[in-house]
Amino acid sequence: MEVTLGPVDAIPKGEGRTFDTGHRKIAVFRTRDGLVFASQAECPHRNGPLADGLLGGHTVICPLHAWKFDLSTGQALNGDCSLKTYAARLTQAGQIVVELGEA
Amino acid sequence: MGAKQKLVVIGNGMAGARTVEEILTRGGADQFDITMFGAEPYGNYNRILLSDVLNGSHKEADIFLNPLAWYDDNGIKLHAGVRVLKILRHARCVMGQGGVVEKYDKLVVATGSLPFIPPVEGLYLPDGRDKPGVFAFRNLDDTRRISEYAMGKRSAAVIGGGLLGLEAARGLQNFALDVHVVQRGDSLMGQQLDRPAAAILRGTLERLGIRVHLGKDTRSISGDQRVTGLEFKDGEPLECDLVVIAAGIKPNADLAFRAGLSVERGIVVNNQMRSVDDPRVYAVGECVQHRGKVYGLVAPIWEQAKVLADQITGTDASAAYLGSKVSTKLKVMGVELASMGITEPTEEGDEVVQFTEAKKGTYKKLIIRNGRLLGGILLGDISKAPYLTQAFDRNTPLPEERLSLLFDVGAPSQKATIDEMPAEMQVCNCNGVTKSAIAGCVKLGKRSPKSVMEATRAGMGCGACKTLVSEVIDWACGGAAEADPSANYYVPGIPMAKPELVDAIRARGLYSVSAVFEELGGGQEDAASKPGLASLLKTIWHDDYVDERDARFINDRVHANIQKDGTFSVIPQIPGGITSVAQLRRIADVAEKYRVPLVKLTGGQRIDLVGIKREDLPQVWKDLGMPSGFAYAKRYRTCKSCIGTDYCRYGVGDSMGLATQIEQRFQGVDAPGKLKLATAGCPRNCSEAMVKDVGAVAVEGGKWEIYVGGAAGAHVRKGDLLATVDSHDAVLKISGRFIQYYRENAKYLERTYAFVPRVGIEKIRAVVVDDSEGIAERLDREMQRTVDAYDDPWKEAYAPATPNQFASALPVIQ
Repeated sequence: MEVTLGPVDAIPKGEGRTFDTGHRKIAVFRTRDGLVFASQAECPHRNGPLADGLLGGHTVICPLHAWKFDLSTGQALNGDCSLKTYAARLTQAGQIVVELGEA
Repeated sequence: MGAKQKLVVIGNGMAGARTVEEILTRGGADQFDITMFGAEPYGNYNRILLSDVLNGSHKEADIFLNPLAWYDDNGIKLHAGVRVLKILRHARCVMGQGGVVEKYDKLVVATGSLPFIPPVEGLYLPDGRDKPGVFAFRNLDDTRRISEYAMGKRSAAVIGGGLLGLEAARGLQNFALDVHVVQRGDSLMGQQLDRPAAAILRGTLERLGIRVHLGKDTRSISGDQRVTGLEFKDGEPLECDLVVIAAGIKPNADLAFRAGLSVERGIVVNNQMRSVDDPRVYAVGECVQHRGKVYGLVAPIWEQAKVLADQITGTDASAAYLGSKVSTKLKVMGVELASMGITEPTEEGDEVVQFTEAKKGTYKKLIIRNGRLLGGILLGDISKAPYLTQAFDRNTPLPEERLSLLFDVGAPSQKATIDEMPAEMQVCNCNGVTKSAIAGCVKLGKRSPKSVMEATRAGMGCGACKTLVSEVIDWACGGAAEADPSANYYVPGIPMAKPELVDAIRARGLYSVSAVFEELGGGQEDAASKPGLASLLKTIWHDDYVDERDARFINDRVHANIQKDGTFSVIPQIPGGITSVAQLRRIADVAEKYRVPLVKLTGGQRIDLVGIKREDLPQVWKDLGMPSGFAYAKRYRTCKSCIGTDYCRYGVGDSMGLATQIEQRFQGVDAPGKLKLATAGCPRNCSEAMVKDVGAVAVEGGKWEIYVGGAAGAHVRKGDLLATVDSHDAVLKISGRFIQYYRENAKYLERTYAFVPRVGIEKIRAVVVDDSEGIAERLDREMQRTVDAYDDPWKEAYAPATPNQFASALPVIQ
């Protein structure tokens, strides 16, 4: 299921925001190179809010205990667990669209 | 592959969860739909650390192994908090509380153990309820209830002088209770110690303030409404306010027994960890009896779980569990004790090597047969425990020189020991990292401690194993590990030391963090380096700094301190810790209006409102009408003070006045690390000014001594005396100059307690007090610019800096 989250301006450059789709919460990131990424909202370690993490390139660092994830794959860079990621893109009109899989 | 089989696991403790993990690593998710039942309403936690939760060295959240999300992520259906009532083997299903029914093709029983409650009178009230003050000590709820009940009580008795009982006793001392240990037998830890060792241990415990009563059989627990004491069978009473029963465990095999499975002491299993009655049913952990033995320790469970997983997934049909060798360590602060195997020789010709120094609480005994270690006790000095435990586990031949087994005289060198360490031996017990995992990581090219620890998480839990991890890395590198080149960088992502970096930033005119990455970092952004660069750029450029908010840590984006549940803590500014009736009333109103779950006085003499929702932050700040106290940032934090001259009969300097002036001047000043200050009105130092980043202590004659580089947190250091001056203005000037020098020269996150000894107090004094480099005036000027640029970030309540700055979650409008 594809969901349109709204204009990309809702997220400042280089930051993330949490979105509540009604079914679940997801973290959406706007990297400085102009892409958007989406993943599960909470860190698999201790449920930290990933959208509040520091972004660098396509990497996010969880604000609670500094677990680090590659947003393009979901893979942890300093651990052996991974994030659920969702395909995300920007439309011509600057809307964020996320593919959430089955509803 | 055909349809998946249904695997049901009863028990979500360490055995059940570890078994499922082992099954998953063998690709079990493709073979099985996994359903788990856990009687406790949580994910899976490390039961071994419960005594650490009780003694306060671990928080509850720290001991969880698998949070609830783990089950979801791995497609496991977890019935948390659902007790299983029945196993119907003919129907191949399991019935749980609340009408839950799950069918199975394969069943794993991992029901663990129950506390053994000895038959004593007075456990219950006449109406059948548990008597308040009587506790078992087996799970997280027990630990919580004990902690709550123990508050404000005077004394506690622990029934049971075994491993668990002693750990509980030491934990209870944390609540400032008089603690008694009551042991029915006439020596402590009968399973692991011989009598001389037990006697020495008793002495050690009594020196730690634990009263040990041996040979005392408890007849009853006294008290009509709640516990008031114990009465022993010899008629002697013991007064106490609470009783913890830690008299051992028994396998929890009732469910299996009622299902018609063979149960003796535990559920009888064969070498494949299968029930001897039903090939579809496996059992693992403390509920199991294998070759007549039941185990109450964690290592055998890990071994059993592996065999079970090999068998159930068909990965290795030859896998067999052949029993475990048992070694254990007592986790009691102030007591060093390791034991393994048997405690007395059992055959003629068994060799005993022994050393006793009762006065020091040291006792060592080894039992050797045919040159191999069969058992050992190390008390008071366990430096040889790692080597001996390995020799015991692996049954390796011992060196002829027996003395070297007890002491480091010509003993195998550390390198030999790590050489001998089995590849699968766990080096980091918090994150379960083995020697081979570390070696594998080194092989992949990570050759510095920092990079290996980051990649494997070894040493990133409690940190106790860091030295060993480094040694294993050295070993895997075939010598010394590479020094981390980034150790000298200001931030890891830009390969430059601080002075070099500052020069480059100035020379190239880099005003923003992204510009620094572009010019000096090869265009590569590094998330972890961003806050450090932001701090440095602000120090260099003041108002010309281009503030990209994404370079800030979350705390600095929303001006509050993030908590473990994603809420925030709010600490308003209260200079000198001096408040007023009106202020307190306003804070109380806010706490009430926003239902603040915790109002806490901080160590820095401020008031902390904890648990504020992110979206409430702006309104909370507006309602408070007080400026930010900056208790979330790498900045000037607080200046605490004593009462000083106004009321105190000892005060010789106006510490409250000075603290207020300090806060007014340095509020909001950012720095490489946080700055905690204090002023003391006399050398009695009630405000602890000598262990602060900057502390001013009033001395007779109207003078102030300025101490710098002190700390009393994770690191404790008495500050160095920087200068003695004779006015408040001089304190402000010298400490401002010191802070500016620190801002310009410290590495990011380097606190003053590391910076001052690194640079040297003489050098700092020369620069800051005697102006040896002729930069004093410039330092003062830079500090003044920073002071002038102060702005209260809580004003963003009225004008948010970024879109949705304070939104917890954004709705999706379809």
